[in-house]
Amino acid sequence: MLSAIQPTSTWYLVIAAVLFGIGTLGVMVRRNPLVMFMCIELMLNAVNLTFVTLSKSMADINGQVAVFFVMVVAAAEVVVGLGIIVSIMRRRTGATADDLSALKG
Amino acid sequence: MELIVFVLAAAMVLGGAIGVITRSNPVHAALSLVLTLFGVAVMFVSHEAHFLAAVQVIVYAGAIVVLFLFVIMLLGVDRTEDISIEPITAQRPLAAIVGLGVSGIVIAAIISSRSALSVTGDGIDQTTVEAADANIRQLARSIFSNNVFAFEVTSVLLLVAVIGTVLMARRIKLREAGK
Repeated sequence: MLSAIQPTSTWYLVIAAVLFGIGTLGVMVRRNPLVMFMCIELMLNAVNLTFVTLSKSMADINGQVAVFFVMVVAAAEVVVGLGIIVSIMRRRTGATADDLSALKG
Repeated sequence: MELIVFVLAAAMVLGGAIGVITRSNPVHAALSLVLTLFGVAVMFVSHEAHFLAAVQVIVYAGAIVVLFLFVIMLLGVDRTEDISIEPITAQRPLAAIVGLGVSGIVIAAIISSRSALSVTGDGIDQTTVEAADANIRQLARSIFSNNVFAFEVTSVLLLVAVIGTVLMARRIKLREAGK
């Protein structure tokens, strides 16, 4: 009887929405720039999951193409972002996101 | 069977995500991120997006998280962050309201538009080919025909990112050499 229940697209979309909410919460709450970056990855993955789910339910491969490009851009973004974090941390060790107000004019 | 896979994958995804935002040690947060990424890869497989599932494991779990761990080691920031203090007054309740609000609005939109989920798009139809490598064939056909310009621009983006990062990391050495 349990096997009669099939998870529909809506279930996956709800999981993706909850994952996006958790990622948003993490970016707003955590102060370690590395962990904030990981939370941005969580949000990107939530969007990817939504794309793939809709690609399946609408029988359209273009959703998976979009996910492919999102992954490439996410990889480039992580490389540049971690480079910036490394060069900030070299200057001021153990900086949190709150300490980076040097640009505040 | 599908239900069991879904429940396990959802537990991996949500448990890992909660681990990322609650573990005070960044190494533990990165390992929780791996759990979430594997859960998402399992969901990709259950949607028959086999190529993307493989790329998810290789690129995200294999490259991006390793990069995170390298930076954590390099900077020595693996000291535990004190997450019990709250530097800005009422930050966490407000953040919880915004996070729950975002999730709630999206879930409400999904549930109210359930009937539109079966509308077929005008892209390449996924259901026509029954071969074992149908997913990769269709993906490649779409990328290298309809989206070939975006694909080329992506390669330029990767090149720019690599060169920019190398320049950014080398700047201090160059300045010392100039003195």
